[in-house]
Amino acid sequence: MAENGKKVMVTVRKPPHGSIYVQESIEVMFIFATYDMDLSVVFLDDGVLALQAGQDTKGLGIKGFMASLGALVDWEVTKVYVDRQSLKDRGIREDAIIAIGKDDDSGAPIRPKVLDGAEIASMMAEQHSIVSF
Amino acid sequence: MLHTINKSPFQNSALENCLRIARDGDVILLLEDGVYATVAGTVKSSLIEQAAKRHMVYALEADLKARGLGNLVKDVRVASYGDFVDLVEKHPVHAWL
Repeated sequence: MAENGKKVMVTVRKPPHGSIYVQESIEVMFIFATYDMDLSVVFLDDGVLALQAGQDTKGLGIKGFMASLGALVDWEVTKVYVDRQSLKDRGIREDAIIAIGKDDDSGAPIRPKVLDGAEIASMMAEQHSIVSF
Repeated sequence: MLHTINKSPFQNSALENCLRIARDGDVILLLEDGVYATVAGTVKSSLIEQAAKRHMVYALEADLKARGLGNLVKDVRVASYGDFVDLVEKHPVHAWL
């Protein structure tokens, strides 16, 4: 990714489907990616629920955004992180979250990287700006 | 009496507030982000485990499926949209928004 030097972060703390926040956060991720920003994405608190496998929104009559999340790596959104404690509190196994892309060579699924709160905090402190959802 | 809760128990105290007021035998229906409360093995599961001793507890099926949820607290009943209509018809409703 050609980067313009500005570090930006998107944080997602809302649960999916009950509101438009997560959908909007994905739009913003794609926009930042298009502008070659040095983008990091962090899912924490109820935001980690967006990474739950097996979501099927047909019954709600909405398209959902599982396909978009699954293609983040294709859009060069590769620095994607998830908070360990938030997963644990919600009974979600770290190896059970959805993939955001596939490794070009091995075809292995790429998942968001699990971090501790302290690691997220120091990453936040390095940003030029943070957009929160 | 039917109580509905549509907020996540991890970010909002609507469910706890509801359970403080609800009388034995009242029916609790979780929908939208409220359904996260019915999942087993979370830090909030005990709320519904306790509530199920005093109330019939339902979770709306379409909202469970949309969120990829399956492993529910024992005794939680899964409600279709049709069941939802039947419950609303049978009881006065308070929505804990």
